[in-house]
Amino acid sequence: MSPLGSGLRRNDDRVVPVSPGRLPARPGEVIDRESPLAFTWNGRAVTGLAGDTIVSALAAGGCTEFSRSMKYHRPRGILTADYWDPNTLLQVGEEPNVRAGHRLLEAGMAVSAQNAWPSLRWDAKALTNLGGRALSAGFYYKTFMRPRWLWPAYEKVLARFAPGGAVDPASAPRRHEKRYAHPDVVVAGGGPAGLAAAAAAARAGARVLLVEHEHAAGGHLRWGGESERALAGELIAEARAAGVQILTDATVCGRWEDNWLSITERGGGAGPERLTKARAKVLIAAAGLIERPYTFAGNDRPGVMLSGAARRLLNLWAVRPGTRAVVLSANEAGDAAAGDLDAAGVEVELVDARAGRTVTAAAGSRSGVERVVLSDGTRLDADLLVTAVGWTAPTSLLNMAGVRPSYDPAAARFFPSPPGSPHVEEGTVLSTGGLAGDGSLDELVAHGEATGRLAAARAAVLAHRLQVATAWAAPLSDPEPPYPPDERARLGRDPHPELYRSGSDGIVDLSEDVSSRDLHNAAAEGFDSVELVKRWTTATMGSAQGKLETVNVVAAVAEATGKTIAEVGTTTWRPPYAPVTLGALAGRMFEPVRVSSLHDLHVAAGMTPIQAGQWIRPEHYGHPATEVRNVRANVGIIDVSPLGKLDVQGPDATELLSLLYVNKWRRLAVGSVRYGVMCAEDGVILDDGVTGRLGEDHYLMSTTSSGAGAMEVWIQNWLQTEHPDWRVRVTPVTDAYTSINVAGPRSRTLLGRLVDDVDLDPEAFKYMQVRRGTVAGVAGCVMWRIGFTGELSYELHVPAGYGPHVWQALLVAGADLRAAPFGLEAQRIMRLEKGHFIVGQDTDALTLAPTAGLEWLIKLDKEDFTGRPELQWALEGEPGAGGPPQLPRLVAVQPTDPGYVPPEACQIVAREPGGSERIIGRITSSRFSPTLERSVCLAQVEADHAGPGTELTIVDVTGRRHTAAVMPHHAHFDPEGERLRV
Amino acid sequence: MLLVPCPHCGPRNSADLTLVGETEPRPDPSATAPVQWRAYLYEEHNPAGWTRETWHCRLGCGRFFVAERHRAENRFRNPPLGDEAESAGHR
Repeated sequence: MSPLGSGLRRNDDRVVPVSPGRLPARPGEVIDRESPLAFTWNGRAVTGLAGDTIVSALAAGGCTEFSRSMKYHRPRGILTADYWDPNTLLQVGEEPNVRAGHRLLEAGMAVSAQNAWPSLRWDAKALTNLGGRALSAGFYYKTFMRPRWLWPAYEKVLARFAPGGAVDPASAPRRHEKRYAHPDVVVAGGGPAGLAAAAAAARAGARVLLVEHEHAAGGHLRWGGESERALAGELIAEARAAGVQILTDATVCGRWEDNWLSITERGGGAGPERLTKARAKVLIAAAGLIERPYTFAGNDRPGVMLSGAARRLLNLWAVRPGTRAVVLSANEAGDAAAGDLDAAGVEVELVDARAGRTVTAAAGSRSGVERVVLSDGTRLDADLLVTAVGWTAPTSLLNMAGVRPSYDPAAARFFPSPPGSPHVEEGTVLSTGGLAGDGSLDELVAHGEATGRLAAARAAVLAHRLQVATAWAAPLSDPEPPYPPDERARLGRDPHPELYRSGSDGIVDLSEDVSSRDLHNAAAEGFDSVELVKRWTTATMGSAQGKLETVNVVAAVAEATGKTIAEVGTTTWRPPYAPVTLGALAGRMFEPVRVSSLHDLHVAAGMTPIQAGQWIRPEHYGHPATEVRNVRANVGIIDVSPLGKLDVQGPDATELLSLLYVNKWRRLAVGSVRYGVMCAEDGVILDDGVTGRLGEDHYLMSTTSSGAGAMEVWIQNWLQTEHPDWRVRVTPVTDAYTSINVAGPRSRTLLGRLVDDVDLDPEAFKYMQVRRGTVAGVAGCVMWRIGFTGELSYELHVPAGYGPHVWQALLVAGADLRAAPFGLEAQRIMRLEKGHFIVGQDTDALTLAPTAGLEWLIKLDKEDFTGRPELQWALEGEPGAGGPPQLPRLVAVQPTDPGYVPPEACQIVAREPGGSERIIGRITSSRFSPTLERSVCLAQVEADHAGPGTELTIVDVTGRRHTAAVMPHHAHFDPEGERLRV
Repeated sequence: MLLVPCPHCGPRNSADLTLVGETEPRPDPSATAPVQWRAYLYEEHNPAGWTRETWHCRLGCGRFFVAERHRAENRFRNPPLGDEAESAGHR
């Protein structure tokens, strides 16, 4: 063969492709001879034609060697000339592992070989060949296990030999779309049976989606003779006319319960892959058959290919795959390949496997096959060896539905077993075409049509049931139609000789470089189950994922263990059927981003944003410490809109609060607020917040910002399942109010300028009271006087539409009072100065309420509240335990070095009597306090180390020790709370 | 993905709902013993057969309902018991 590029000659500055392997125009070709496409192969200019795959273009240019094999770096050529070809994974630009037997050629592509260095021709890695059997199965496990300390060194060397292409970290991100589909019937596979099934189902009234793996529907008819191509055209036209939606270059990759299907659309490679999640009522598996390679010495040499590859190259792309061919044929496909080759001017020697003849070796040089040795010793000169020795039924989708494949030796392939799983019992997964059996084209089409009609009829019954089962759907007057039984005429099974391995050893898994000898050795080492052999040798775990080699592996294991193929069985077929890019799986996130009504004002004020759950909030507006000082000295305002808010109304509202909180609510006066803590049924702190009594049967409850959604569900669970008789309504109003906390010694003065109808006098509106009134002209505001920051403060809940107006009014009216916004960070500093814990930060999923010092709050004289039994045992001890358990304690901690702020989650250790150290706690919150000008912390420590004045040892991530002391109160600042009550 | 038969919304993707857990009555909180209470909190029977479980139609109607599911075959039977007031197991 001539080297690449030499077939190009210049003519009037225009590159005209004169490809040595390209034949004169052929009737079924899919190439456009008027549309040359220039690209590069390993840096050299090459020209192909529109309609070419990368591989067909390169083959037309005379290329025979496309890659080096994974372990032994043996030269490899075309095997299947389609998606599953293990030998033609190439790098295209920045995209690695492109299936070049499938990917359509585009102008300007920079295509290069993978897994070869420095070049495909002079591959240094081929030195691994010198080691002979050095890389036999299990080599890695055996060789690199010991000594363990050398593993980092092993890893570095091995990484250089890892197969696959190169990922460019600088490549631009792609946005992958995702969509949902609700077809009645999905047909996986667009061959004759699949097309006929789709058309029949659509004619019967079903919405049908047909998914074809290749770039065009038609299946093997596409590379067949004239009548076959004509039939393909008719079937496609009928399907289209019936309204079938046809996706090409797309694959049904997985099937889950109730026919939940993942479909990847590759879009010809031009765009990013797209994932469709489809809920089909009936799935028809019509994946056809995949041709199986044959195992013999030299079966992986360039020039050895399957009959499908030879016919595709000849008939789709007018590429002559060789000049002198030996065709080993056991079936009609092989005979047809011999006929096609002969008609294309290739010298052909047909070796008929049905007559007992076979091939034992393909000999040659590194550029490919030169001689073929037959079982009777005959030697034939040839540069092409085509094999047609049988089929693999890709039963993946059926197996995912619970169908086990069973082997039929007379037909030499696996078939789906009789229905077994509940989903298949219901008959919502059907198969047709080669998966179901053999037959003439007429028989296959007839079977497809019968399958399509059955699918549509069953889908109609399921649609009826769906409508009846949906309360809000329109009622149906018709009774449910009878569920149609499967009365299809069954396809036959053509006899086929069992041909898996000739007398010699060869490569069984070309993706993973696993030989038949490896498989026999694995069996000899005791790996006698096919699943174990697979994991030990990695056979079927490469790029072809068993599509080509699974049954050959099973046959080798059967041979080595003296079992039959049926006894060995196959490995499990799992999703995805074809590889999916991670981007397509990730798709686009639909997580909502929430902002308060004040967001634009925060942006204008120069906030530094922080994401808190779904919310974007101001972390600060420049300098958190300054914001803290301003609140402590003057007045600040903070947007606390994400605070969860629930409107609770009804005669049983008080009952509900008593159930949810550990503390009491019956005696809370109208006009007062109370702090409450909720625990789960295991006594762990779930949420906390302030709830105000607005009327006799009316409360406004607040939850933590992060817990708002979960608390609503929690409350609904109690109301719907335990107390459906209670008369109470709980309405989430988080977004209905803009919540603004006005905090600082001047907050009352500021609010007084904007509120007329509420008496703000400290005797009239006391700490922990609630009022409703008008703020800056906005009626219907709820104000409660509380103090998370430790200052005199009022929390305003303003109807959300007026939030920006009130926020701006506060800043304008308070300009002379130095009113300024403060962010989340300043609030966190101030709450830590005051020692207020944050649920989820200072508590975790094991923190019982007493740990946080809440004994005073828990009222065990209440008959029932959530978590009551556990809290009783935590406070009083379990029956017979003799006393309460020693729970860890939440304590305030100050490092000895006032300038040292230990990172949150630092461990706290104590020395044991024996001298070793033990972890006794951790820092849960830490900040530098601008008010106290020193570091302040909260920590959880074991009870023995929680007494005031106890010296603690904090260990930072670098291992350094820092001493600290336990403080007498949670509050580092103003422990008596005098500033709140002014 | 399994279809879960919500009594109000009809069959919906299981990702739209939350499986609360096996349906089990809540012991009397004022009379329960630690062993009984913690069995209620933490122990799933998870039979390889039919079991009654509580589901929450999280992204749909918001209802809690009880359904019977075969945990080995992963399928439902009988219309779910929508309006029945049952202990859902608040774990």
